[in-house]
Amino acid sequence: MLSIKNLKASIGDKEILKGLSLDIKPGEVHAIMGPNGAGKSTLSSVLAGRSDYEVTGGSVEFLGKDLLEMSPEDRAREGVFLAFQYPIEIPGVSTTNFLKTAINEIRKHRGQDNLDAVSFLKMMKEKMKTVEIDQSLLSRSLNEGFSGGEKKRNEVFQMAMLEPKLAILDETDSGLDIDALRIVANGVNALRGKDNSFIVITHYQRLLDYIVPDFVHVLYNGKIVKSGTKELALELEEKGYDWIKEENKEAV
Amino acid sequence: MSNTATLIDNLKAEFQLEGNSALKSIKQTAWNTFETLGFPTVKNEEFKYTNFIPATKSNFTLQAKNSISLADFNSIELVKEEANVLVFVNGIFNTKLSNIISSKEEVYIATLAEALTDSKEEALITQHFAQYSNNISDAFTALSTALAKDGVYIHVAPNKVVSKPIVLYFIADTYTEEVFSQPRNLFIFDKNSQATIVESFTSFGNKVSFNNIVTEITVAKDAIIDYYKIQNENEKAYHVGTTQVNQKGNSVFNAVTVTLNGAIVRNNLNVVLDEEHVEANLFGLFLPSGNTHVDNHTIVDHAKPHCNSNELYKGVLDGKSTGVFNGKIFVRKDAQKTNAFQSNKSILLSDEATINTKPQLEIFADDVKCSHGATSGQLDAESLFYLRSRGLSEKSAKAMLVYAFASDVLSNIKIESLKLNLEHKIAEKLAVN
Repeated sequence: MLSIKNLKASIGDKEILKGLSLDIKPGEVHAIMGPNGAGKSTLSSVLAGRSDYEVTGGSVEFLGKDLLEMSPEDRAREGVFLAFQYPIEIPGVSTTNFLKTAINEIRKHRGQDNLDAVSFLKMMKEKMKTVEIDQSLLSRSLNEGFSGGEKKRNEVFQMAMLEPKLAILDETDSGLDIDALRIVANGVNALRGKDNSFIVITHYQRLLDYIVPDFVHVLYNGKIVKSGTKELALELEEKGYDWIKEENKEAV
Repeated sequence: MSNTATLIDNLKAEFQLEGNSALKSIKQTAWNTFETLGFPTVKNEEFKYTNFIPATKSNFTLQAKNSISLADFNSIELVKEEANVLVFVNGIFNTKLSNIISSKEEVYIATLAEALTDSKEEALITQHFAQYSNNISDAFTALSTALAKDGVYIHVAPNKVVSKPIVLYFIADTYTEEVFSQPRNLFIFDKNSQATIVESFTSFGNKVSFNNIVTEITVAKDAIIDYYKIQNENEKAYHVGTTQVNQKGNSVFNAVTVTLNGAIVRNNLNVVLDEEHVEANLFGLFLPSGNTHVDNHTIVDHAKPHCNSNELYKGVLDGKSTGVFNGKIFVRKDAQKTNAFQSNKSILLSDEATINTKPQLEIFADDVKCSHGATSGQLDAESLFYLRSRGLSEKSAKAMLVYAFASDVLSNIKIESLKLNLEHKIAEKLAVN
């Protein structure tokens, strides 16, 4: 589904991704862990098409197409979704409001007719239940006055509505208490299927108790330096990242 | 091509002293003032950024023909709800397209010329005409006063609530000629009355039009008035519009001015809070694009204590357009316990668009709360990226953010179909849907 080869990206003069490679097949959940500054958020931003980053090398193929050539909206329309680490507030724009436009633009891209109001509302109700989010929240200005947990749940709600093929969760667990974490994980698990893949970026192993990954990768200094299964996450939880840093110091 | 002097000569030929002796004397004085002042140049501080001199060189006719059809009119109708409709084409009342549905008991609506033939109303007109507007240093207003022939006269008697909005359409018909028109309105709202007025400005044809309109509004004790001014003329339409409001005790005046298009538009909205416990809310939204220019000048004059004024003007500027916001607030010596707030926010959609903002607060009382603020910038890049990452095209995302930006101005329009209509027009303007 997603094939990242030797990806290099910089912001300003600073190279952050230094040759990252990763392969994701349909239905797989990949967790990416790593210390602060390793390049985790850069990876998610580059995949979603944030223009602040310059890709200086490598390639990203998504379902056989060159992802890096696409505008952010085309990536979304092709099925990439990014749950933001810091969901922004947009006064005057409600979730319901922009999601309806988003869904119809995505459908148009796929050659489908507009979703009528009744079907849209039905879909909303269904997905609201999965992520335990209230209608009143979705009619308000996006994220304005939302708690941290509400913002993250709103991200997962949007993901559920847009039904992406590849969802990237960028530290969706940060700042969440255990109840919110469970709700967010339920939302993700409800969407899991043989055709959907996930990249779960996280600092902590805790989230992975709820969203059980197929693979765990350690991102350090702009590269994936270690890959394994969910046991690797437990090891990282126990030992921290210092041993990874040590190992790679030797390698350098 | 003609020149400014020709236009002044032609205007002088139009100048005739009509009406009772009091009105004659007002008009004569106003004409003398206009002749002395002439059209303002950019040397005049009040017109520093807004130059109408080139427009005065057009080959204007002052007696224009009227070829606006019902289909034309239907295409620009703004309000779907039942309403009183008065249509003026090139400053001349059009009976066929107009329709007054409210009863005479509820509201007296007539053309100014017709109202002058009614002795009771004539007395009121004489009492209020040109009493509030600036006929001393404002050349455009003096010119309007001197040549005032026709326009809308509205008089709401005490305790009357006008249930249907009163919608005034001022249409420039330039299908065959370059037109110069000067409608003159006078609205008298007696104590404890309520009404909603809409002034709409549009143009047809592709020749130059010039509109110099003055509306004087007097709002008596306890009256509540909503006043919406909607401008959607074409790129050859020049507009100077002055709305002069005088408010008495406990009255509320809400104004929303929306400027969608026009070559050079100058709006003067001047409100005098003339007794205690008055509330004035002034909202504005302007969306110039291309090479157009929109200039909003406001004066909020707190003459008496315990009054509140609240002002919010928002601009969305595209292309090489320019915008001006000049907001004066006076707080007179007696006007203790004044609350006066002013804010002007603009979004520049292009690198070549410009906004000039000048707040001017002159405060002579010491126990007051006044604030002003001005911001300008681009659409938030992070918000744009967020919406695009959900699949919205850049255009849709921009349009959505512009709506959101404009919404706290548009939300003050209480006629639902008018608000929807404007939202639709803004969408069209931003080239989406």
